[in-house]
Order: sequence, then structure tokens, then C-alpha cells
Amino acid sequence: MNIQNMILTLQKFWSEQNCILMQAYDVEKGAGTMSPMTLLRSLGPEPWRVAYVEPSRRPADGRYGENPNRLYQHHQFQVIIKPSPDNIQELYLESLKALGINPLEHDIRFVEDNWENPTLGAAGLGWEVWLDGMEITQFTYFQQIGGLEANPVTVELTYGIERLASYIQDKENVFDLVWTDGFTIKDIFKQPEYEHSKYTFEESDVDMLFQLFTMYELEAQKTMEKGLIFPAYDYVLKCSHTFNLLDARGVISVTERTGYISRIRNLARNIAKAYVEERERLGFPMLKKEEQ
Amino acid sequence: MGKNVLFEIGLEELPARFIDDAEKQLEDKTKKWLKEQRISYTNMETFSSPRRLAILIHDMDENQATIEEEAKGPAINIAEDEAGNWSKAAIGFTKGQGKTVEDIYTKEVKGTTYIFVNKIIEGKQTKDILPEFKTIIESIQFGKNMRWGKQTMRYARPIRWLVALHEDEIIPFEIATVATGNETYGHRFLGNKLILNNPLAYKQQMKESFVIVDSAEREKMILDGIQKIEEQTNFNIPIDEDLLNEVRNLVEYPTTFVGSFEKEFLDLPEEVLITSMKEHQRYFPVKSNTGELLPYFVGVRNGNTEAIDTVIKGNEKVLRARLSDAQFFYEEDQKNSIDYYQDKLKNVVFQVKLGTIHEKVTRVVSIAKRIAEALDLDSTITANIERAAEISKFDLVTNMVNEFTELQGIMGEKYAQIFGEDSSVATAIREHYMPTSASGDLPETLVGSVVSVAEKLDTIVGCIGVGLKPTGSQDPYGLRRQATGILRIVNEREWKIPVAEILDMVVEMYKSLNLEHFNQESVSQELHEFVQQRVAFVLKERGIEQDIILAITNNEIGVMSEIFKKASILSAKRNDESFKPIQEALVRVLNLAEKTNETEVNPAYFETESERELFHAYQEVGHNYQKYCNKEDYDKAFSELEKLAQPIHQFFENNMVMADDEQLKTNRLALLNRIAILLNNFADLQAIEWKQHF
Repeated sequence: MNIQNMILTLQKFWSEQNCILMQAYDVEKGAGTMSPMTLLRSLGPEPWRVAYVEPSRRPADGRYGENPNRLYQHHQFQVIIKPSPDNIQELYLESLKALGINPLEHDIRFVEDNWENPTLGAAGLGWEVWLDGMEITQFTYFQQIGGLEANPVTVELTYGIERLASYIQDKENVFDLVWTDGFTIKDIFKQPEYEHSKYTFEESDVDMLFQLFTMYELEAQKTMEKGLIFPAYDYVLKCSHTFNLLDARGVISVTERTGYISRIRNLARNIAKAYVEERERLGFPMLKKEEQ
Repeated sequence: MGKNVLFEIGLEELPARFIDDAEKQLEDKTKKWLKEQRISYTNMETFSSPRRLAILIHDMDENQATIEEEAKGPAINIAEDEAGNWSKAAIGFTKGQGKTVEDIYTKEVKGTTYIFVNKIIEGKQTKDILPEFKTIIESIQFGKNMRWGKQTMRYARPIRWLVALHEDEIIPFEIATVATGNETYGHRFLGNKLILNNPLAYKQQMKESFVIVDSAEREKMILDGIQKIEEQTNFNIPIDEDLLNEVRNLVEYPTTFVGSFEKEFLDLPEEVLITSMKEHQRYFPVKSNTGELLPYFVGVRNGNTEAIDTVIKGNEKVLRARLSDAQFFYEEDQKNSIDYYQDKLKNVVFQVKLGTIHEKVTRVVSIAKRIAEALDLDSTITANIERAAEISKFDLVTNMVNEFTELQGIMGEKYAQIFGEDSSVATAIREHYMPTSASGDLPETLVGSVVSVAEKLDTIVGCIGVGLKPTGSQDPYGLRRQATGILRIVNEREWKIPVAEILDMVVEMYKSLNLEHFNQESVSQELHEFVQQRVAFVLKERGIEQDIILAITNNEIGVMSEIFKKASILSAKRNDESFKPIQEALVRVLNLAEKTNETEVNPAYFETESERELFHAYQEVGHNYQKYCNKEDYDKAFSELEKLAQPIHQFFENNMVMADDEQLKTNRLALLNRIAILLNNFADLQAIEWKQHF
């Protein structure tokens, strides 16, 4: 099965489970969790079900398109359900069957893995799912988001698309994966992988990036003070990506590193709090929808 | 004949590390509960797997035991009126107990007579009590708990079903909206939903549904599988207990299999291969009969042999990817130099208030140098110690350690060898992390020992200096473990430097740095107290009695090997009947010596022969004692002190210490005080509770 069909299959599967199918969020981010569709929506009492593909950028993982296992940008298929359903593990295993993975012919296991993202003040408990020894999915019950207790609990499934595809297509090199008939990852992504790596490690304008970080941070604060949560959050994402670029460039010392992370975390915390307050002011509209 | 009872808690996959302990808790708590509830049974069995915890109680009595209990009423003067009839109070008491005045009898309690009745507490039916088992399930503790869905309950993982059977009857209760029933689930893929009607058939029924609920049986299946592989090949598969325990708790139905990897990966350091297999993939590495790694591994699948080739192929692919990464890192790392990595350490923080790793290493060098000086080591060894301390952390910023953190020190040794460092320097880089646990191996080399002690001292003194002393169960920097490690090394190596001196030396070094957050005033006392507690801990571990520990630790912390010898001598004497008269004499001296600070003895003031003899004996013993101490023969040194007992007895028999003549009295007390000071040099003998043993 090519990647395009994998994505279509997962979309169809989760759509049938009443998930809203979203498109990728249009601000750079390091993980699907950082999309406001996950991070903000998993806050507060309102129910939420969503599935989307998230292209995730990890500048430090860039390898000029030469490493068979690492990418500057990879793809995650993200499923978010709040509150977590009782049969979520069964649903997940059904989705693997839909991808043609017959559990009887494999060894599928749930191995303890507790997830934490200090930048977002987020933490959860769950597993990494192993398929014949390979981690293919991160399965997490959020316990805390933006420093707030998650209540009710949101479950997050993050399928690593390239990982899963390398298994399904039996390929050793990520660039050999077939995206759709006639097109491989190499065809589509090799050039951007090389150029982004080159930019990240050699050419980025460090002074400008430092300036941008401060500007984005300031704008996030100002915007939030005006009660505009979603735009403020976009600037937090921009801070985070700018920080990742600087970090990959090796220009942030470890002492400074903690400082930057806590600056982003403070923003995220304030936004999380403001989001819940705003939803409450609006009377938690999704909660009412559910009652109807 | 009682009834059999089964409880099963169905869960989403429990973390493997919690399972054994949870099963044990289930057993202990159930036993305690049944005892409190006065419900008898013949025996119980517990079971566990990643998806369940279960307990089967055999032959449970259908009723609680009926017991007779004595109920105490008012005192007789209240229970009887003036005419000697039962008072209202007495009648009220009997009514309250469901009895009449006919049942009253009297008994004396602490000199007062009270009225009593015997009360029968009827045992309730067991089946009415069993729903309370809910509290046992809820009370199981896990290392880490979570919430799920809309539930407020916290548990290791979500509860998905509950089986509670009293023979074939369901015991009704509910936890986190899950109601009990008689339905359970077999293996996720090979099994089905199944109905349980007979607690005794549980194990067998589960097995038919591909769940081995007895973890010992799963372990045996794995070991049998490994043995079979060994029989069919020339493999030697060492069994790592921790790995075995983890793997048996990751599967409900184990099937072992053999996978292989490309021979060229064997060029990687063995530790890299083993870590990749064991820690990351939970495989058993395979060795040849001569102990060399072979390009194979043994994995354990959660399932049967169906399509096992696909499973093997998948596992091989994952390992290959990991090893390719490792190989890439190994080659990349060798392209740089130690200086390159040393420079990078300037950007890695050790602890915010204590600076970067680079700064830490600089301090470790200076501590190590001072230790080498105190030990009077030759210049070649000292140079190696300095170099080893200097580059002890360079591997932390290599790609390999970045990816395989558990290889810190190990890669340091490998790379240092490759980069042409002296082999003793390379080895010390690995050894300076030792011991890694309370009873872990100690460094084998002198260079490694010095660097290890210096590195730990830096952490301990630094952390205590900036207010990070461990409190209660909180010891995030592992200071206790490290202090114990230092004491063990110093003892094993028989270093003759008093520990107190080493500590002072490090404190001085720290003070000279004038670190902003370092508390110059309190550090010394806090540090000494902390290390004294660790000495006490180490002595306790060796079975030394509490009072002997006090006797030793009340003095400044001396030379470790000396401390251990002294402690074992005192411990033996303390339990030796023939030592009694000697200890009486010594203690008498110690007690009296407390009455003075005078140490000036003037032989001209002696009046009696026994005084002169005691003084003479003191001088001789003092001389010999010192001689034996210098030779570190503490047995003989203590025997010398014992020689004082006889002249002390004579002295007390023939002299009045608290004489009316002030000059005489002062002189006699001064003599006793001199002796006491000598005795206390060995240990604070007064802290020892001699008497309780005689």
C-alpha cells in the first residue's frame, strides 16, 4: 500500500468513527500534538474528535537527505478523541487491520512509554505500539496540558507514517517509500530535505532568528492580552520553530536553552488558561451540542 | 467444604515493571482482609499478565466465624444501687448488648470491679461481605497512576472488565463504571471473549484462550524455548534475570524465536550491540561457547508460531536500522578529537548553580590532584589521574552516548583508547562512574578509584553547598548512593587519609572558587553530618549494633578501614561475657572523668602504691597503644587498653577518688581523665550500652 492510500485508509477509518477530518495546520511545528486542533481542543470539558495528517518539522533531525532513517520533515497521522473511549485500543487495532496488518501474522505489543513535552507543559501516560519490534504509534492518555489537569482525559494516537510505510512496503530506506504510484519520497522530498538541512545547519541568519524569536514572543503576549487566543497561539508555534532552528544550529547553550523553553512554556500556560476561560464564557458550546 | 472465589481485574496493558509487585500486593491485602473478616479458606493462588491481575481463593467458608466477645460495662458501684439491685445503668448496658441482667458477671480490672456480659458476634454470610473486595482492588498501589475518560479514579492503566465469581455466582460491585461479571478476554489476537462459570477452571480456560496467567509458567516457557534453541545450535544464551522478568511480563503467550544480523556489525563495541538488543529491543544476545558475541539474537513473541518468519524478518529489520545508526555514530565520532569534545562540554550544564560539565571537570581535576598528593602517589600515576579526571566526561557529547546514554563511560574508554590515551586513563573514564549501585562493583584500578572518589566528592560537596541536600526519600542527585560509594572505595583501597580530612580539603577547594550560590558558612557542618550518617548506614549494613555505630561516629570520621576494624572489635567485645569486669573498670573511669577537665597529673602528689601503679600502667599502655595503632593492629591496641582494667580495679579498691583534700582529688581525677582520653581515642566507649548485655 502506498502512503497516499495509507492516509486515505486511515482518514476513512477514523471518519467512520465520527472524527472530524481536518487538514494539516498551516504553521510550522515539531509534532502533531502542537496543532491547536490537539493542544487547545484537548483542554476543558468539551468533547472533541478529530483526525489529520501533520507534516512535522524537526530541524535537528535533518540529514541532507542522506540518512535512510531520518528526516527534517516527516508525517504523523494524528487522532484525538476526548473523552477517551473505552474501546480505543480495539479501534486502533481495527485501524491497523484496515491498513492490511493482520495481527495474527505479526507481534503487536503495547510497551509502556510515558510522554512529556516540557515546552508545552504537557504530559501523558501510555505506550509505544510495537509491530514486530518496531515502534509504529505513540498512544497517549493526556494527563496534563499547558500546565492544566486534563479532565476529561483526551487520548492521542500518533501514527508515524514513514515508519509504518517502511514496514508495509518493506523498504529499508525512507527515500524509497512510494507516496503514490510512480512517485517516491525521494522524488518529492529529497531536494527540500537537502536544502532545509543546508539552511538549518549552515545558512540560517542567526541574528535574524534571535530577533524573530523575541518579536514573536512579544506579539504572542500582546495578542493574548487582547484576548485573541488562536492568533496568540500561532505566535507561540512560531517561537517554538524559531527556537528549534537556533537549537539545531548549535547557538543556544544549555543554560540558555532552559531559559528559552521556560519562556515558551509560560506563553503556552497562559494561553491554555485563557482558552478554557474563553470557552467557559461562551458556555462550552460543544458540550451543549453533545447534549442535543 | 467451602466455596471457591475468583477475582480478575482486566486492564489495558500494564507496564511490565509494575506487574509482579501488584500481584504480590493483591495476595497480601487479600490475606489480611480475610483475616480481619474472619473468613477461613484453605489456600489461594494469584495470577498476572500484562492485561490482568487475578486471585483464586480455595474453599472459602460460607460464613464468617462466629465469635464470643467480652463486653465491659460500668463499674460495680454504678451498676448496683444502694439496695444492691441492678441500676438503670446496668440494665441499659445489658440491653444495649442484646442481653439481660441474668447474663452479668463481674471482674476486676486494675483494682476496680466492673460488670461484663459475653456477647456473641454472629458471622455474616461470606457472600454478603465479598462485594467489599472492591476496596482491595482499589487499594493496589502502582509506581505511576493515570486517569482515563471521564473517570476520577487513578490506576496504573484503565480497568476494562472485572470478573468476580463466588462459584458460578457473580459478586456484584462496580469500579469506575465497570460492573463485575463472568466474562473475560483471552489473548488479544489468538483468544476470544469467554464466560467463566467455575473459578477452579480459570487457569485452564485461559490457557485454552492463549493466556498463560501464571507468570512462573510463562518464564518457564521462555527458558524452555531458549534451551531448545541452544540444543539445536552451538549457541550459548546467557540469561539476564532482569530482562527475563521484563519479557515474561510483556507477553501473555510467549514463543521464542531466533533472528540474525549482518556479521559486519560485530565490529561495533560489544556493549553497543548488547545495549541495542537488550535495552532497546528486549532481545537476548547470543554468544558462542567461547563467549564471543554471534550475529544472532533471541526474541520472544506475544503469540504462537503462526507466520513467525514475518515476525522474525520485522525484528531483524528494526535491529538492522538501529545498528546502522550506531555504526554511523561510531564512525562519525572517531572523526573528531578529544579536544573537540572537551570544548563542547563548555555548553553542557551540570547543575544550574554549579556550572557546566566543563567547570565540574576542572574541579574534579583539582580534587583528584589533592587526593593523589595525600596518598603520596608517584608522578606518573598522578599525571594519569589528572588526565583521566580532565577527560572523564568527554564522551557525553559524542553522537553515540547522545543516542545510547547508558553507554556513558563505556564509550569514553573505547574512544580514549582509539584516540591514543594511556590505557589506565581510558579505563578510569569507564570506572569513575562506579559503583553504580549500593552493592555495585568498585573500580579495579587505582587511577579509576581516585577519579571516582573525586568526581563523587565534587557532586556531594557542590550540591550540599548550594542547598541540594537530600531530604526524606528525595535524593535526586543520588548523593547518598555516591557517598556510600566513596566510603566503600576508600575502605577497600585502605587509604590512610581520615575521611574528615578529605571532606575539609574539598570544602576548602570549593570555598576558594567563590561560587555565587555556594554557602560558605553552613556547608562544612552539613557535609560532615551527612557523611557521618552514611558511615552509620554502611556500618549498619554490616550488622554493627546501633550503640557501637554511635561510639564510632561520635568521633570525627577517621580512616575508613580503621573504622570497620574498630567497629567489629567492639561489636565482638560487647557480646563477650569475659569482657564484663574489664568494661566495668573502663566505664567507671569514663564516668568519673566527666567530673573534670584537668589533665595535669603530678606524680609527686600520689599517696598510694596503686596510684603510682595505675599511672605507670597508663604510660606503658599509652605508648604501646600508639605503637599498635601505627601498625594498624587494632586488636592488639585494644588488648593494651584492656590491660588497664586490673590496675584500675586496684586503684578504686585502695583510693578514695573524691578525697577531701582538694589537691589529692584533682590529681586523681586528672589521672582518670588522661586514661579516659586514651580510651576515647579508640571510640566513644561511653556510647556503648554495655550493660544490657551482661
